[in-house]
Amino acid sequence: MTLSPRQGTFVIICTFCVALLLAILPLPDWAQMLRPQWYTLVLIYWVLALPQRVGVAVGWITGILVDVLSGTLLGQHALSLALIAYIVFEMHLRIRLFPLWQQSLTILVLLLLEKLISLWVIGAVAQPTPPLTYWVPPLVGMLLWPWIYIVLRDLRRKFQVS
Amino acid sequence: MIVDHRQHHLESVRSVLSTVIYPLQFIANLPLSVGHWASETFATRSRLQDENRDLRKENLLLQGRQQKLAALEAENMRLRDLLDSSFKIGDRVLIAELVAVDMDPYRQLVLLNKGSSSGIYKGQPVLQANAVMGQVIHVNRFTSSVLMITDASHALPIQVNRNGLRTVAIGSGRINELELPNLPNNADIEIGDLLVTSGLGGRFPSGYPVATVTSIVREPGEPFARIKAQPSAHLDRAREALLVWTLQPPEQSTDASEPETDPEKASATITEPATERAE
Repeated sequence: MTLSPRQGTFVIICTFCVALLLAILPLPDWAQMLRPQWYTLVLIYWVLALPQRVGVAVGWITGILVDVLSGTLLGQHALSLALIAYIVFEMHLRIRLFPLWQQSLTILVLLLLEKLISLWVIGAVAQPTPPLTYWVPPLVGMLLWPWIYIVLRDLRRKFQVS
Repeated sequence: MIVDHRQHHLESVRSVLSTVIYPLQFIANLPLSVGHWASETFATRSRLQDENRDLRKENLLLQGRQQKLAALEAENMRLRDLLDSSFKIGDRVLIAELVAVDMDPYRQLVLLNKGSSSGIYKGQPVLQANAVMGQVIHVNRFTSSVLMITDASHALPIQVNRNGLRTVAIGSGRINELELPNLPNNADIEIGDLLVTSGLGGRFPSGYPVATVTSIVREPGEPFARIKAQPSAHLDRAREALLVWTLQPPEQSTDASEPETDPEKASATITEPATERAE
């Protein structure tokens, strides 16, 4: 905190870019079902770590980009990601204190919530309901959370993002 | 915001944003395109010779058939002139490559590497070498996304090639299956029938092959037969696609309220709930 208060915007943008890249990277069919919501995980981490910088607006922008990338209705992911960012922002003091496994469970709930909102939007515009495998990515995301948390935390410390 | 999108005012916003994120898509596509480039560069001499010979043979065959086609086309026009019916044949095509990017996994969308800078318009039909593939739903500067005919929200006006029976083929959401839900039990359709586009929706040119019928279940108690068909195009293995301009430009068919489905009787029943809720 002795350094300038706003540092490492570039690192944050880079992590989001990598997350979006992972979200559209071509995978074989069986792996597509398992693809976790990378952008949500990264967003949750940054809101947890730097709630004063990354918040609802960043979530919304990320969501719009995801919508454009994946060809879904404009605003479908933006709505859910903005809501997730808001919830994490409200609870960040509590979630930070949790041990990692307990954090993972919280993340699972958040990821499921994102999927639920997306499903609700899909239903509202009368697109066909996706099959049950639609609910697998949050589980994968939950298992990945400890690693993402540690990697991003080290990145943050290394580049002294604050 | 979502309602606004239903009315398609945000199409330009989407187009601008996707130009911004085009680098990301480019990077995601990079491994595969590098792989293709490498396999072409390091191909052995004998394999190239083989390929060259095969292609030359195929070219000769196609040219032979083309000669006949020109004569037939002229004859067809003459006959139609006799019948006083106007009919346009002849299309202009552009070859585009698929960008190897995964989109929404539960919809059948693909991305092409040609966009509005190449003159592509929304609703344009997309073909493969041997069959219909889908239609363009979003046009960006350098890319465009294509909704395949097997997407569950896509409906395609078709007819049976054998007897001209008209109906609508609706996507099932699975990549290798189409459904023909509104043919009565006594309709004259058989397994193995070739289905071709009828051109009735005004979006697809008529006469292109779409699918072959694979199964027909006639339940005596049901009003309609359950008919399934397999698309002739290799939708899951395509690398290239043909974008078609019909020589008779469509009369701005985008104002027909629903971009994703053809304005047809059956698709209207599908999209009705959507428009109701949007209002």
